[in-house]
Amino acid sequence: MDGSAILARLRARLGARALDAHERLGDHTLVVAREGIVDALAYGRGDAELRFDMLMDLTAVDYQKFPGREDGPRFDVVYHLYSIPHNHRVRLKVQVEEDDAWVPTATSLWPIANWLEREVWDMFGIRFEGHPDLRRLLLYEEFVGHPLRKDYPITRRQPLIGPKV
Amino acid sequence: MGVGSFFTSKLDEAIGWARKYSIFQYPFVTACCGMEYMATACSHYDVDRFGAGLPRFSPRQADVLFVVGTISHKMAPVLKRVYDQMCEPKWVVAFGVCTCTGGFYDNYATVQGIDTIIPVDVYIPGCPPRPESVIDGLMKLQDKIAAGAQRY
Repeated sequence: MDGSAILARLRARLGARALDAHERLGDHTLVVAREGIVDALAYGRGDAELRFDMLMDLTAVDYQKFPGREDGPRFDVVYHLYSIPHNHRVRLKVQVEEDDAWVPTATSLWPIANWLEREVWDMFGIRFEGHPDLRRLLLYEEFVGHPLRKDYPITRRQPLIGPKV
Repeated sequence: MGVGSFFTSKLDEAIGWARKYSIFQYPFVTACCGMEYMATACSHYDVDRFGAGLPRFSPRQADVLFVVGTISHKMAPVLKRVYDQMCEPKWVVAFGVCTCTGGFYDNYATVQGIDTIIPVDVYIPGCPPRPESVIDGLMKLQDKIAAGAQRY
């Protein structure tokens, strides 16, 4: 199934919860409202035509001070889905505000989402509601802040031992 | 110089000579420099010529701590603990720029030089250092050991 047909099928399911869609260099993206993302993921995984059985990546982007998006939601949570039987893929995005940074979890659909969501929490500070064990994945518990946020100072150091810089 | 101090200094020299040819190293390998460390240790460059051919994988049996590769802040307490477990006399070699200064990893996660945590005797720069520079550093360490330079 080609990309525009995938988008059309997802939009037919989601209706008004599908906010936007675009295509660039052959990659198709659907921007989904937060209340529709679990339904979009579950439908994409379960539907026989789509059959997105593989969550290739789950990550986030910080758009703070991004040209053209100064007033928009700060974060994008990005899902990259791939279908092994159909050999097609799609990208889903959810936009979240800084002071309301949470997304429902996808751990019940793909077990790998467990660690990917922990990494996003670790690096961006976006919470995943319903996650069974939302701890930091890469950094240590004593770490303060989320280093991949654009406002994290590049020179800040938080050593466990040794001199604090 | 009395007879007693003559024998003491000659004994120190003999001990230093023996120690510099029996370097039991603990390779604390965390990153890509480890490949170059292995290349140096294998037969083509052969650090066994310098008496450093037998790595020990317990810090309690080692004389020299080779810190090979990037050390993150999360790893730093482990490195300190390994260093503390080594018996004296002990020496530390910083292998590669990441251990010397943090290298190009000027970020939130990386220790900016292991000398902020433990004392270092020899720094071997390079990303990664060529086996020749590793052997050069090893020979400098041997000079230091033979001269009796050590920390207690």
